[in-house]
Amino acid sequence: MSVWQQFARGAQVLFHRRAADKDLEEEVEHFLEAAAAERIAAGESPEGAQRAARLELGRPELIRDEVRSHGWENAVFTLAGDLRYAARQLRANPGFAIVAIVTLALGVGACTAIFSAVNPILFARLPYPNSNRIMSIWEMRKGGVPIFVSFGTFHGMQERSRSFEALAVTKPWQPTITSADQPERLDGQRVSAGYFHVLSLSPRVGRDFEASDDRLRGPNTVILSDGLWRRRFAADSGIVGRQIRLDDNLYTVIGVMPASFENVLAPAAQLWAPLQYDPSLPADGREWGHHLQMIGRLRPGISEQRASSELGIILQALGQIYSKGYDSSGGVPDGMIVNSLQNDLTRGVKPALLAILGAVGFVLLIACVNVSNLLLGRGAQRRGEMAMRAALGASQGRLVRQLLTESVLLAIVGGALGIVVASLGVRLLVSLSPVDLPRVAAISIDRDVFRFALVVTGAIGIVVGAIPAFQISKGLQSGILQASRRTTGSRHWTRRALVVSEVALACVLLVGTGLLIRSLHQLFAVDPGFDGSHVLTMQIQESGRRFQDDSERLRFFRQALDAVRRVPGVTSAGLTSQLPLSGDYESYGVQFERDNGKLGEPAFRYAVTPGYLETMRIPLRRGRLLNEHDDNGMPVPVLISESFAKRKFSGEDPIGGRIRIGPDVGHEDRPWATIVGVVGDVKQESLAVSEPDAFYLPASRWPWADNVMSLVVRTEGDAAQLAPAVRNAIWSIDKDQPIVRVASMDSLLATSEAQRRFVLTLFEIFGIIALVLAAVGIYGVVSGGVTERIREIGVRAALGASPRDIVGFVVRQGMTVTGLGIALGLIGAIIASDALITLLFGIARLDVPTYAGVIVLLFGVAGISCWIPAQRAARVDPAITLRAE
Amino acid sequence: MENAGTDVIQGTLDLLILKTLSLEPMHGFGISRRVEQVSRGVFKVNPGSLLTALQRLERAGWIGSAWRQTENSRRAKFYTLTRSGRKQLELETADWQRRSSAIARLLSAES
Repeated sequence: MSVWQQFARGAQVLFHRRAADKDLEEEVEHFLEAAAAERIAAGESPEGAQRAARLELGRPELIRDEVRSHGWENAVFTLAGDLRYAARQLRANPGFAIVAIVTLALGVGACTAIFSAVNPILFARLPYPNSNRIMSIWEMRKGGVPIFVSFGTFHGMQERSRSFEALAVTKPWQPTITSADQPERLDGQRVSAGYFHVLSLSPRVGRDFEASDDRLRGPNTVILSDGLWRRRFAADSGIVGRQIRLDDNLYTVIGVMPASFENVLAPAAQLWAPLQYDPSLPADGREWGHHLQMIGRLRPGISEQRASSELGIILQALGQIYSKGYDSSGGVPDGMIVNSLQNDLTRGVKPALLAILGAVGFVLLIACVNVSNLLLGRGAQRRGEMAMRAALGASQGRLVRQLLTESVLLAIVGGALGIVVASLGVRLLVSLSPVDLPRVAAISIDRDVFRFALVVTGAIGIVVGAIPAFQISKGLQSGILQASRRTTGSRHWTRRALVVSEVALACVLLVGTGLLIRSLHQLFAVDPGFDGSHVLTMQIQESGRRFQDDSERLRFFRQALDAVRRVPGVTSAGLTSQLPLSGDYESYGVQFERDNGKLGEPAFRYAVTPGYLETMRIPLRRGRLLNEHDDNGMPVPVLISESFAKRKFSGEDPIGGRIRIGPDVGHEDRPWATIVGVVGDVKQESLAVSEPDAFYLPASRWPWADNVMSLVVRTEGDAAQLAPAVRNAIWSIDKDQPIVRVASMDSLLATSEAQRRFVLTLFEIFGIIALVLAAVGIYGVVSGGVTERIREIGVRAALGASPRDIVGFVVRQGMTVTGLGIALGLIGAIIASDALITLLFGIARLDVPTYAGVIVLLFGVAGISCWIPAQRAARVDPAITLRAE
Repeated sequence: MENAGTDVIQGTLDLLILKTLSLEPMHGFGISRRVEQVSRGVFKVNPGSLLTALQRLERAGWIGSAWRQTENSRRAKFYTLTRSGRKQLELETADWQRRSSAIARLLSAES
């Protein structure tokens, strides 16, 4: 039988139902008549024959129903009928419908929004061909800590490695573009020639970088992003070959990337220029600084392990050839780390995202349990209706289907609203998200997300409806749909179980939230090592090659600093090459004379002006701070951090100790610098990370002058308010110097924990939803219990129970449920807290105050939820209840 | 009617209907009686199943139907075998014979 024929005939019936029905009716009628006629012919009386025929063949209505129930069109009729009926049911109980739909919409919405954020980061492939072969490559410091690679390492790997089709390195680049329009600072990348080759992408127009572009003092070439090309150059089709001015230099545009290009390594980058480092690898140059991000495309069939062991072997060879170079930046690394780019990008956020995904799953579960509970409560009211329908011949399957149709309809309406909630939620999420969240641009309600919402909705419809439907069918089987005590009991038992699970789920979520809150408290109680209140910070990016030499650059910074100090409201100011908790991370090798030839331990380098340490109120422990006279004379004075001093000098006085730093490490012909002071430890990377080794030296005494310096300003009043005045003071010296990253030190401190805060915010939202839903659940079951046992309560009151006894009786009911839920929840929380472990700080997984707090909170909320029904029970007038019977 | 209780073997009703209609066009009751008579009362056709089967066969295009007068001038729905129905009958007949002879062989081998 062809499916098409089945469909066509079915459709005919669907659209001409009445005619088809009449046809069938007549046929059945004729069937019976013919049977009767046969009997009459055999000599029976007409009446007797008709009765006998009916007896033999059955009731015509039933025959008709049987015939009609075949064919697909019939399912459509039933479904339409069920849906109409379900919609009518929901309209008749708007309160129930609204609560259920809103609950589901919140659950589905929250879940879908989170999924949309998590999907591109954790599950979707990176948007490049064969992206699983793209690796992220790091040098490995002691203890397996990954650090950026140096150009020297990259250069050696590129020459020798056979595991990779292509290797590339990149670093951030922020040129200022000047043309007819206003000057603008752009985000971009300096890349080695193979960058786009590793990603397997090429410009939409023009050409990719070639080796000839990426050589020392090579031509200035640049590739633009599609966005920049449209915005800044009006999508000029003749752009390739044109020259544009960046940082006072002319660059030739050689290509434009396609609009679809998503640059996961630097999402904000709008243009790319070749790196142009020196392949002769001078031992005291930037070629040995650890500041390049390296990526590579594995050859097919080569595993990560094989690649990393190959690179490790190459590294050993390089370490011997270029020992001076490596010593200038902290020594030869322990090995190489090769990790898929996808994992590498998400490694930092994966635990947080999984925790959030888990939390939102809990919210969805609680929402489902709540709606199940509401449906069960309604089931009690509809017992009569179901009994009636069963008596009229509705089969058990038919009734179950009806109930499932209702719950699926609820889920569909809730799910549709949920997608609306999700699209709002996604926007909120993106605005809340920490800056280091990868692939933010890819977060949207796309097809995957839509499919996810659909599946979740469908599953909810069935899961949520299953328990009530099961209850009804069980009732039908045992034939006790009438208001018998046993069904009441078992349904009540089910409702309690649901509330217990709701409380348990809420408990797990709240413990998670509590642990995060406590962690954040602990973190902010950590002493950063400086006093950030009333401190304004900004970064001055001395752009391009405007200054001919280092002394000119230093003079500009000195004059700018003087101008800033003259601004009214400024109490002190200073400059530093890197600012704590700002995302800066720069370390160099330090060689101690007393170590007798042992080389290069890495430490943070702070090239500072006098006034920096004072402004930050970094305490002086021994010796002296730096001053203006340190700009000249020998030896070069340095300060080291307290822990560094303690570790290296173990109790002896470090003052007067001699060290070589950075490019001088290992060069016997270079002079020693002298330690003149010891200052307090500072948190550089994050409050949670303790890497206290650091050295400070005058900015003028580093082998080259930094062109990016951070300004710190201590102010009398509100730090942020002084920002315009400070900026103008700098511009009064040179109006073309871009100033970026203006922020108070306090806000830097806060955003340095943005990821934890992000997770915490979401946990708080989910925790509150869970708590409210659990409270509603407890209220529902206790209140329902009071209604069903109103007679018992009346009897108790009549027998002399005081209102207090009755309140106690009711509240105990609620508390039993809550207590059970908490007990289960605590077990769950202990297991689930394992998933949070990387986000915790300063507290144990089994932090007692958190667990105690959650228990108190849940019992408190449960108490409030029980209070209203308990009061109602206490007011029950025994006379009225007893008379009502 | 104790001995008339055997239902038509699952899946063979279609074959029986097609065979019956291959002899002459017939209405529903006629088919039911004919199956009962020819099988000497072994098979009993329940009207619900019969009408359902007729509906299914008609949808498959193996039989056609038309309202006509019966011999005692009542209106009844008469079913006729179509060309594709005849092919189907041949197919199913061959299939059935293959199966039943296989079963027969099995049973006789055992005894």
